[in-house]
Amino acid sequence: MRASKETVAKGIFLFCAMASAVIIASILLFMVALGLPLFKGGAFFSVWTGAWAPHQGYYGIWPMIAGTLWIATLAMALCLPLSLGASFVITSLGGPRLRRMLNALVRFMTGIPTVIYGFVGIFLLVPLIREGFGGAGMCVLAAGIILAVLISPTMVLFFSDSLQSVDPANVQAAKALGADRVQRLLYVMLPKAFGGLASGFILALGRALGDTLIALMLAGNAVRAPHGLLEPARTLTAHIALVKAADFDSLEFRSIFACGIALYLFTTAATVAVRWIERERMMVP
Amino acid sequence: MAKKFIQMLVSFCVLYFLASPCFGGDALDAFEGQKGTVKIAGGTAHIPVMKEAAKRIMTCYKDIIITVAGGGSGVGIKQVGEGLVDIGNSGRKPKPEEIERYNLKMFRWAVDGVGVVVNPANPVKSLTKYQLQEIFAGKIDNWTALGGADHAITVYTRDESSGTREVFWNKALDKSALSAKALFVPSNGAMKTAVANDPYAIGYISVGYMDASVIPVNLDGVTPTLETVKNGQYKVARGLYSNTKGEPTGLTRVFIEYLFTPEGQQIAADKGFIPVK
Repeated sequence: MRASKETVAKGIFLFCAMASAVIIASILLFMVALGLPLFKGGAFFSVWTGAWAPHQGYYGIWPMIAGTLWIATLAMALCLPLSLGASFVITSLGGPRLRRMLNALVRFMTGIPTVIYGFVGIFLLVPLIREGFGGAGMCVLAAGIILAVLISPTMVLFFSDSLQSVDPANVQAAKALGADRVQRLLYVMLPKAFGGLASGFILALGRALGDTLIALMLAGNAVRAPHGLLEPARTLTAHIALVKAADFDSLEFRSIFACGIALYLFTTAATVAVRWIERERMMVP
Repeated sequence: MAKKFIQMLVSFCVLYFLASPCFGGDALDAFEGQKGTVKIAGGTAHIPVMKEAAKRIMTCYKDIIITVAGGGSGVGIKQVGEGLVDIGNSGRKPKPEEIERYNLKMFRWAVDGVGVVVNPANPVKSLTKYQLQEIFAGKIDNWTALGGADHAITVYTRDESSGTREVFWNKALDKSALSAKALFVPSNGAMKTAVANDPYAIGYISVGYMDASVIPVNLDGVTPTLETVKNGQYKVARGLYSNTKGEPTGLTRVFIEYLFTPEGQQIAADKGFIPVK
C-alpha cells in the first residue's frame, strides 16, 4: 500500500518536472520555427551581427544585443557590490536597529512597481546626466543605474537569506577559534552560502536581461550599438516592445523571435556558467 | 428637525439629478438599455477623446464598461483584426492589404495635424522643410547652425507602428532617411514628456497634444495649430480613424455613432482636433 502511494507521488512529480522541461524546450523550438523566414537566404549570421535598417532590408539585431549586454553588465556591476554590502550589514555587521531598518527598507523596495523607478529616472536622473555629462541624458548609464536599483532588493534578499541559513554550528566553531565578525563572515559564511549567492545572482541577472520598461523609458532606444556609457541604446526586450505592432508576416516582426532566441541563450549561458563555477567549487575540498 | 433634514435631502437629490451629466444629453440616450464591454486600443493621439467619451458614457450607464489602451496605430489595426479588441484606432488610413485581410470598416471622426515641437527654452522657433529633413537625417546636429545654443540636437522619433510617425515621415520628411542616432519613444504622451524635459530636443506630436510645456515650430512659415490645419495651410495632417472588424454591431456600433453626434464631435474639438461634421 505504502509503496504504491509512493509510486503515484513519484509519477506525479516526474510528470511535473518533465512538463516544465518540455515547455521550456518547446518555447525555444517555437521561436526558431517562427523566426525561420529571417534566417533563410543565407542570412543566418547577418541577423545576429548586422545593423537594423528595415527600409533598406537589413534586419540585424546586433545593436539590440550590444545594448542589452551594455545595460545588463553595467547594472550587475553596480548592483553586485551594493547588494553584497547590504546583505553583510543585514546578516552580521550591522547593529540590531540598523539591520532591522535596512531589512524593512529592502523588503519595501521589492514592492515598488517598475514604472515608478522609470519615472524617477526620467524626471530626476536623466536631466542630471544631461546637465552633468552632456549627451541626450537618455543613455546606457541612466538605464543601468535605475536597473541596478530595481534588481538590488532581489539580490539582497537572496544573499541575506543564504548567509543566514549557514549552519550556526560552523559559525560558533569559528568564533571559538577566535575569529572576529569579519573573519567569520568572509571565511565561514560566505563560502558556505555560495550556492544561495549564485542563485540570487542568476535571478537578478535574469531580471536585468529581461526587464523591458526601464530600458524602454530611459535608454533612448536608438538603433545603433552603443560605444560608451553616455550613448543611447536599445535592448532586445525594448525592441520586442517597439516592433510587436509590425505586420505579422513582415521580416521586421520575425526579428522579435531572433531577439527572443538571443535572450533565451543569454539567460541559459549565464545559468550554466554560474552552476558550473558552483560545481567546481564543490569539488575542491 | 427631521422634516427639515428630509426636505434638504430631497432638494439635494433633485439638484444633483439636474446637475448630473446624464440629464438632457440627447446623444447619450442611444446607450439606454445597452450593457457590456467595449475594448479600445491603438493610436495614442485618440486617447484623450476616447477617455472623455468613455467617462461620460460610463458615468450614466453603470452596465457599460469601456477600456482604452494605447500601443500605436499598428497595434490598433492588428488587435482589432485579430479580434482582441472591439475598436482599433489608427492615426493613419489602414493600408489596402490590411483592410482586405481583416475586412476592416473605417470611421474617420476627426482630422489632426502633426507638428514639430521643441522645448520652450529653445530660441529656434522656425524651420524650413529642408532644414527639418537635415536635422532628422543627422546632417545638422548642433543648434548653433540654426541660431540656437551651442549644444548637440537630440532627435526624438516614434517607433514604426506609429501613425503619427507615418504621416510625419510621408508629409514633412518626404520619406527621407532618419538618423540612426535618433531616440525612440513609444507614444505621443512620452514624446511630449521627453521634449518638455530636454532643452535640446526636437520631436513631433499630434496637434491635439500640444500645450504650454512644448513649443510648436513654424514649418516653412506656417505654425501648426488647429486653425492652420483646418484651413489647409498646414499640410502635415491626417485623419483619426476608429476601425472595426466588419460592420460594427451592438454597443460598439452605438459607441462609434456617438463619436459622430454633435456631443462626440464637440469632445474631439475640445481635445484639440478638427471635427469632421
